[in-house]
Amino acid sequence: MTDTTLATQSTPRLRGRALAVLTALAAALAVAALAGPRYGALLLIGLGFGIVMEGLRFGFTGPWRRLILFRDATGIVAQMICIGLVALIAFPLLAANPTELMGAHAPVGYAMIGGAFVFGLCMQIVLGCGSGTLVNAGSGNLVSAVALPFFCIGSFAGAYHLTWWTGLGSLPVAALSGGAGLALTLVALAAVAGIALAVAEPGKRMLPGRLWAAALILAGLAILHLVVAGQPWGVVYGLGLWVAKGAVAMGADLSGSAFWSAPSNVERIEQSLLTDITSLTDLGLIAGAALAAWWRDGLSAKVTGHPIHAWIAVIIAGFLLGYSSRLAFGCNIGALFSGVSTGSLHGWAWFAAAFTGSWYGIKLRPYLGLEARR
Amino acid sequence: MTRKPIVLVLLVAVAGVLGFDLATSRPLDPFTAPPLLALGSGQASGGAHCASLPGS
Repeated sequence: MTDTTLATQSTPRLRGRALAVLTALAAALAVAALAGPRYGALLLIGLGFGIVMEGLRFGFTGPWRRLILFRDATGIVAQMICIGLVALIAFPLLAANPTELMGAHAPVGYAMIGGAFVFGLCMQIVLGCGSGTLVNAGSGNLVSAVALPFFCIGSFAGAYHLTWWTGLGSLPVAALSGGAGLALTLVALAAVAGIALAVAEPGKRMLPGRLWAAALILAGLAILHLVVAGQPWGVVYGLGLWVAKGAVAMGADLSGSAFWSAPSNVERIEQSLLTDITSLTDLGLIAGAALAAWWRDGLSAKVTGHPIHAWIAVIIAGFLLGYSSRLAFGCNIGALFSGVSTGSLHGWAWFAAAFTGSWYGIKLRPYLGLEARR
Repeated sequence: MTRKPIVLVLLVAVAGVLGFDLATSRPLDPFTAPPLLALGSGQASGGAHCASLPGS
């Protein structure tokens, strides 16, 4: 291929990429102008999350699967480093600004633990957690694209029934704070990383550069999210809200739900999604992943087919991902990432239950027709 | 089939959700919007988060 041919091919490609970046920036500016600067900034932060997670292949489901199946510790160690970096900044910020900023603090309870277990199981069936399903769908993964609408419906339904489930039994909200709380959190994160490294096979312990970069950038974006939004990064609230808005617009009466009839949630349903924090970062995750996949020519990859019973399993798992994540007070982002990094003990309970569920999900996946039996 | 049509369908669906949202929600008003940063704003945090439980 001559230099002239290369130049002829790369010019429209560069132009297309520049146009895509400009379109994303214009969308954020439009949101800022229409809804307010905070909301434009949150869309940009969401785009950053999506670009980094897809572009640098940082996730939660895959690394847990690789640790369990192939004793590869790199991904889970990167997660612990990222969460630890956020905790280092978030703990003192929350302590100094208790009114303006809030942590992802929720109670540990029967339904919370059960929900996290089911979430961990289902995220291995569809190979996507909360953020992962959005990122994978955005990058053209058909399984995630099919699961996503059912994830949203499940999130709405789980929130609808949430107070019934928490009534089964919950402890008071407990959160670590201060220097001792931060130290305990960092020691616990280091212990998880240490266990993962101890069980890993030789050659599967050193983090590649992309995971270091992803952990650092994501930590920076998560801290920025806390500073801009006043609350940590979350995913599943927004997905349920989209369905709640649709249901109300079609005449549904949500007064039977203690969750959706709460004044703060009624307000959210009445307001535009462009003023909802988790909706904006969710939309940014999808668009950012699409941008990153398109940037590296990932959209030309062939889609893998599955038997009909596998698609039924994906739909059910998608619904359960949404439903269980509401009972668990968050997914891998809202509960694990943001819960642990802001001191909530429910984040640690979530991690233990979801990791156990993941172990069973990995075992179950081949029987559902989603991969060959080993 | 490649991934491209899946992404296009998804982006069209997202645009549809946003269009529906703008048509059925209260009008946007940037003049009553909160400041860019919650930190230093003096305002209490909103609380619409996955970890929030009504009444807690």
